[in-house]
Amino acid sequence: MQTFLRYSRKMILTAVVVFCFTTLILLIAGAPPFAAYYHIFKGSLGSWSKIAHVITVWIPLTLCASGLLYTFRIGLWNIGVEGQMIMGAIFSTALLRFGIESHQPAVFLGLSFFAGAMGGGIWAFFAGFLKTKGGVHEIFAGLGLNFVAQGIILYLIFGPWKRPGVASMSGTEVFPQTLWLPFLSTIRLSPVGLVLALAAVMVTAWMLRYTWVGLGLKAIGKNQYAAFLFGLKPGRYMLLAMAFAGGFAGLAGCLQVAGIYHRLIPAISSNYGYLSLLVVMLSNYNVWVAPGVAFFFACLNIGSIQLPMMLRVDSSLSGVIQGALVLATLAIYAWQTRNKQKERQN
Amino acid sequence: MFKKMGLALSIFFMLVFMGFLCLRPGFGAEKPFQFGLLLVGPYNDHGWSQAHFEAGEYVQKKLPGAKMIYIDKVNPADRQGITIPQLVDDMVEKGIKLIIANSDDMKDGTREAAKMHPDIHFLHISGDDVLTGKASGNLSNLMGRMEYGKMMAGFAAAMTTKTGKIGYLGPLINEETRRLVASSYLGAKYAWEKVLKKDPKELTFKVTWIGFWFNIPGVTADPTKVAQNFFNTGYDVLISGIDTTEAVVVAKQKKQEGKMVWAIPYDYIGACEGASDVCLGVPYFNWGPGYLEFIQASIAGKWKSNWIWMGPDWKNINDPDTSTVGFKPGPALSSSAKKALDSFISDLGTKKVNLFEGPLYYQDGSIFLKDGEIATDKKIWYMEQLLKGMLGQSSAK
Repeated sequence: MQTFLRYSRKMILTAVVVFCFTTLILLIAGAPPFAAYYHIFKGSLGSWSKIAHVITVWIPLTLCASGLLYTFRIGLWNIGVEGQMIMGAIFSTALLRFGIESHQPAVFLGLSFFAGAMGGGIWAFFAGFLKTKGGVHEIFAGLGLNFVAQGIILYLIFGPWKRPGVASMSGTEVFPQTLWLPFLSTIRLSPVGLVLALAAVMVTAWMLRYTWVGLGLKAIGKNQYAAFLFGLKPGRYMLLAMAFAGGFAGLAGCLQVAGIYHRLIPAISSNYGYLSLLVVMLSNYNVWVAPGVAFFFACLNIGSIQLPMMLRVDSSLSGVIQGALVLATLAIYAWQTRNKQKERQN
Repeated sequence: MFKKMGLALSIFFMLVFMGFLCLRPGFGAEKPFQFGLLLVGPYNDHGWSQAHFEAGEYVQKKLPGAKMIYIDKVNPADRQGITIPQLVDDMVEKGIKLIIANSDDMKDGTREAAKMHPDIHFLHISGDDVLTGKASGNLSNLMGRMEYGKMMAGFAAAMTTKTGKIGYLGPLINEETRRLVASSYLGAKYAWEKVLKKDPKELTFKVTWIGFWFNIPGVTADPTKVAQNFFNTGYDVLISGIDTTEAVVVAKQKKQEGKMVWAIPYDYIGACEGASDVCLGVPYFNWGPGYLEFIQASIAGKWKSNWIWMGPDWKNINDPDTSTVGFKPGPALSSSAKKALDSFISDLGTKKVNLFEGPLYYQDGSIFLKDGEIATDKKIWYMEQLLKGMLGQSSAK
């Protein structure tokens, strides 16, 4: 109870800080702050179809966040999650391309999930391999691989996978509807994606809490050398964690292709990888809080589109709010630790 | 202390929030006809999107009962994770009855959205879904015959160039951009050979494509660098085919460095503003009359799925109420060139000159138009390659 109270107090404090900060920004920008909040709220939760849009953003965010929980647990900064999502999208597009002429599109659609997870997994494995065998810090390896993935996707769209007679960064030809992920037509939401995201959260929670793998990850994350002395092999666990993170991110990439855009576009990852890093940090690496934070971020992303439409304010405000949230959380955390230290000193 | 204040503050804000929810605008007596406009670029880009935005404002002025709701920068790079069908869902919830999608890039999304909202009217600019039979009955296509505008641009460029080298800053490669570059080339070639009576071999016409309608850092080639490269390699007139104004901006810089260079922007009537010493003129779209026609048809219940290719009004190509395509001569165009251009425009209008007349050959030497053959609309619309004599890529490698 005590911890819960402390936690909620912290959250309210963060919210107030962020609220004041964004209100100030809006006032400086000359926009009515309350109207802006109202439009973001109404634009994200104001109708069933809006909520469905929010969920379509929530799905990839949650998938990536679930994957990142493994790597954060073992103390790895998997910033390459963005590239892993892109590679997942590329692998599943490659597979779906085989399905265009086929009579069993559903088979290819199903296989594309595996392809996506594999693409992301392989890409993450590279970063993990460089870390464990080459001693390259995972942030540099991840960032480098993000650039490579971006290069590959541009090359494919402008080159081998171009539309006939066209050279454009718009994207590849749209897949026939048989290769689209089935969706509820009224609200344009794919139940498959929703189930996958929920399953990812469950599996992650179970893995991290109740299995040897989870325990191993935690032990190594807390103290690599102690864990090593206990007979755990940090290298192997790191590769495993990376593979999980990459797999989930790749799955998110696959859903972007098969469920949202129905083709490959340069911005297929929509920066959800980077955003999910913020989600996980803001949720304090808690598997049950992360989906909630992801939902809030998704609301901001979808709702903020109302700002340019209704108020002529740039929608990048949502990015400001998200960034301010993370900074405020970190600031409050630092402030509390300092206070604790002072108390101890006294 | 802090705890209490935080609590009080959050309760206060929650109350305010709920107050807003209650303050929904009442459903008033007479509702205006709302139309939505999806712009691919910024509404003030001095190019493609601004031309559309101002056409929307034109409609509001002409039809007092009409109200525009627009959203700009609708492309996956600027608005990540937002799709056309999502935006359409939202606009329909706002009570919008007709939606204009202004970019080639929105083709698939618009088609998908139109299928899902059969009772809403869609106007996709520059598309051909009606021609190809992929459109549902509530979707129409509108385009301007910019081929004429581009011929005038090419003509003005050839009349001006001192080095005989004309550059074209191309967007992405598709049928639309191929026919527009080819038209510029035909206009330049006509001026060079028929008016100036110069040797055809001394005219160089080259296109470089950036990969999209405007600069997306890290994704497309940088149009500023492409433009600089043209001017640094002896090209002294640059025709723009992209949505934004890099060509005139770079030309102006080069002029200030002491180079004799010129540029011809594209799309928007005001694109020469601020670059008067290098701007030879601008071929522009005037979407107002086209918008008005479709919106009036929608209001009157006379909507039909149509593919419309509206041309200039040859009586006055710069008439804002009748001409969809115009050419506004720029301050840097010499008076002799302007005189020649005027007579060229009048010859185009009277059909005395038709540049899409055979023999014309594709870049690989195959026949585009046989001797004496006059191209049909479809043949021009679906040009497969650039023309013989032009430098640059016809399609992706």
